Amino acid sequence: MSKTEFPPSITSRPVYGELEVRPGKHHLMIADAEGAEAILGLASSAPADLWAQTHIIYIPKSTGETYTGDLRALNPAQMYVGPSYEAAKQRIEDTFAKAHMGLQVYLTGTEGLMGQAMAAAIAAGIPHTAIQTEHRGSTARRMQCVHCKGITEDVTTDPFVCSHCGLNLFVRDHYSRRLAAFQGVCIDAEDPGNVPPQVEVFK
Amino acid sequence: MTIQFNDETFRDDFTFRNSPEAIKRFPFPFHEDSYMYSVNLEPHVALKRPGSPFEFAFDVDEHYVSEMADRAKVLADDPLRCQSLPHMTLAGWDLVEYIMEAKARDYPDLFELHKDGDRWRWINKPLGIDDTFTFLDESTLPYGPMEYITRQTQGDFALLDQRDDNLWMDAGMVTTQADWSLDFDIGMNFFEWHAPVPKAHEMGIFVRALKFLLNLQQGAPVRRLNWTMTVNPLLDTSPENYHKWGEMKSKLTMDNIGEKQHLRVELQTLFRLPRSNAICFPIRCYLCSFNDLVSVPKWGRRLHRVIRDLPEELAEYKGFIANRPLMIEWLSQYDDGAPTSDGIFPDE
Ligand code: HEM
Repeated sequence: MSKTEFPPSITSRPVYGELEVRPGKHHLMIADAEGAEAILGLASSAPADLWAQTHIIYIPKSTGETYTGDLRALNPAQMYVGPSYEAAKQRIEDTFAKAHMGLQVYLTGTEGLMGQAMAAAIAAGIPHTAIQTEHRGSTARRMQCVHCKGITEDVTTDPFVCSHCGLNLFVRDHYSRRLAAFQGVCIDAEDPGNVPPQVEVFK
Repeated sequence: MTIQFNDETFRDDFTFRNSPEAIKRFPFPFHEDSYMYSVNLEPHVALKRPGSPFEFAFDVDEHYVSEMADRAKVLADDPLRCQSLPHMTLAGWDLVEYIMEAKARDYPDLFELHKDGDRWRWINKPLGIDDTFTFLDESTLPYGPMEYITRQTQGDFALLDQRDDNLWMDAGMVTTQADWSLDFDIGMNFFEWHAPVPKAHEMGIFVRALKFLLNLQQGAPVRRLNWTMTVNPLLDTSPENYHKWGEMKSKLTMDNIGEKQHLRVELQTLFRLPRSNAICFPIRCYLCSFNDLVSVPKWGRRLHRVIRDLPEELAEYKGFIANRPLMIEWLSQYDDGAPTSDGIFPDE
């Protein structure tokens, strides 16, 4: 499996690149699920001392133990495996807050993970130029309901039901980097009850 | 000049009305019989047309007091319609000064500004406000500066920070919007918040418009007109409340369309602010029912032709594609095929 190719979209939608090892004093790698493959992929080109300066924050989600052994085998200076972004959030923000000049940030995995970690990094003053991204794994979306403002994680269907207010929402491509979320809008506002069947559009 | 302020509503029983004078000065947005996006920017206030909405920097009309009451209700229900990122406070003060000076100058019988150094006294007679505060001291106002002054000024407002050769929507007061969310868009740059607009990106319009705006000079404001369609004179056509108002769009008939269907015109102006170097972007909404529009024969003819020939993507984006056949049928009664004169104003 390699990086995800997305179809062309509107100008608010983020685009992602391909991770490469860049010179730096410290390296912070934040990944979820198949994002582990992008980190493991760096190993072939990594200088010998890279992992001794690397902190890996990894959220396996449904991949369970699939990648954790291989990641540990890289021998990173620090490695954390957590159950969800929400659980890891404070640790991630703390790491950015304590970061020094020369930190390189590598984000990989789902859009929800990269978007939230990106927002946290920018808020902490990490320069854009020190942050790389690579999409791997599920294209499920993190959605904000424009009506109740609640976030629904890992949305795979269009339409979907807001996990907070229960409205049937359609999935837009309009994306807010501040919220790290796409926008969901009521699909049956003009004809209440007329909700098309859910289609799994994001695998 | 004295203005008779209407006591009217923009929700529930919709008692909003335009007086005959208001109809005559309505900023009809079509200068010819067809419409397509363009970089339609022109100097604001350079050519004074007395009585028109283009006469002064900030137009105050008969709907002022009721519009401000509607804004207060929207904000009470949803305070997130007014947001300002921390670095935008100075731009908010710029706006306070800009609006107060303009209104006191242009409407001396309605507004007064008295300055004694940093101690300012602001009198807003239509809203019954008489406040004394210290300029640049937030603790002396009941709201943040942008919120304070835009609770007293018709139109939505976006304040744009300029950096990295782009404009960033980092503050705004948005309660009368054509279906976009400040809470979602705050912090975005010019290309990001315009992302949902069809065709204009490919036409190069946003690249050229941004280039122009980055060079906008103090004292040389510009304006453009934008438009869409709204069923019932509802100011708050927000995405936030779309699940509540969307259904009104499916209630049009040949019998009620003249009364219910409104052309919604936005007079958008752009001012460079002096201290912050931010750009202030007021989006002033004017509503006019189809019945009132066709009372001006030139407008009735032209509106029919524009709506009939509008590209599909624009009708879809503006959200009236489902009602377009009905609009065309109704409007065709007012189009006898006669030629129309150039420009937006009614024939004398
Ligand atoms: C710098 C201040 C400006 C702000 C804050 C602003 C904001 C917006 C917003 C929020 C939308 C709605 C997008 C959506 O669907 O979510 C929009 C639409 C649009 N904007 Fe702007 N805009 C600005 C300047 C301009 C300028 C200078 C142009 C010049 C060509 C322009 C052209 C358009 C067009 C053509 C649309 C589509 C409107 C429609 O079809 O109803 N904008 N703008």
